[in-house]
Amino acid sequence: MKFGIVVFPGSNCDEDCYHVAKDLLGCEAELIWHHDRDLKGSDAVILPGGFAYGDYLRAGALARFSPVMESVAAFAKKGGPVLGICNGFQVLLEAGLLPGAMQINRGLRYVCRDVHMRVENDATPFTMLYPKGSVVTMPIGHMEGNYTAPPETLAELAREGRIVFRYCNPEGRVVDAANPNGSADGIAGICNREGNVVGLMPHPDRCSETLLGNAAGIRMFESAVAALAAAR
Amino acid sequence: MKVEVRVYPKEGVLDPQGKAIAAALGRLGHGTVREVRAGKVFFIDVSGSDAKAVEADARRMAEELLANTVIEGFDVRVVP
Repeated sequence: MKFGIVVFPGSNCDEDCYHVAKDLLGCEAELIWHHDRDLKGSDAVILPGGFAYGDYLRAGALARFSPVMESVAAFAKKGGPVLGICNGFQVLLEAGLLPGAMQINRGLRYVCRDVHMRVENDATPFTMLYPKGSVVTMPIGHMEGNYTAPPETLAELAREGRIVFRYCNPEGRVVDAANPNGSADGIAGICNREGNVVGLMPHPDRCSETLLGNAAGIRMFESAVAALAAAR
Repeated sequence: MKVEVRVYPKEGVLDPQGKAIAAALGRLGHGTVREVRAGKVFFIDVSGSDAKAVEADARRMAEELLANTVIEGFDVRVVP
């Protein structure tokens, strides 16, 4: 199992993802510079958090034109698992690999804290090890995480079970007070129709070992390993 | 030639920035303000002298990059 982690100029969680894949899971992992079109035999691709291209124009707007994104799109189209974390999620939206767009948080501030999310879809290659309906706690750190989409897209996401995580209170209830950024329908993460492309704002890479006080995130990476093993 | 592209939140799309600015203007005593929507303007200098072609080109730029058409509208004005 090999994880490929894309590095844009301004990515800053690439090493965190690499550490989780390589040191914590003992998988192969490789950093892939955004000018590279070769995914180096990756079995799963991660677009990490950070500020690709300084978030100039809009978060993710310029990164989507990086040469590597053509390869990522082709990989996704063939069913390859792709995970976008935070800024990586924003890049997936701008690239059209996931529907919708991000707006500035409704509080107009950068929000950096732990949030609770309810697992709504346990069938993706990145969530299959989380029981559906369970509550997972992960940290967020973003300015533009206020997910929005046309009403018909939101309805489609709900109908097709493509909302992967929703912000909730510790008891698992999706309530407005638990929504840190104003996201439509409390959306914290979604997937594409096939389920192989997943994006979320919270950071599993920042909570993958007990040393950091929370290891809830490692299951996303372990899920990818399990999904690949199941597919083989 | 010079061309200006204005990009702004689509009608009906919540604009948290515009709302905050409207509230701030209200606090400053500008009681007449009913709504603010905040956008961006791009001042672009292009080669070429055919205004129609320049405008069409600028529209493509807006669609491809300058605006996120999921949430933003835009308009284009060739500066005479």
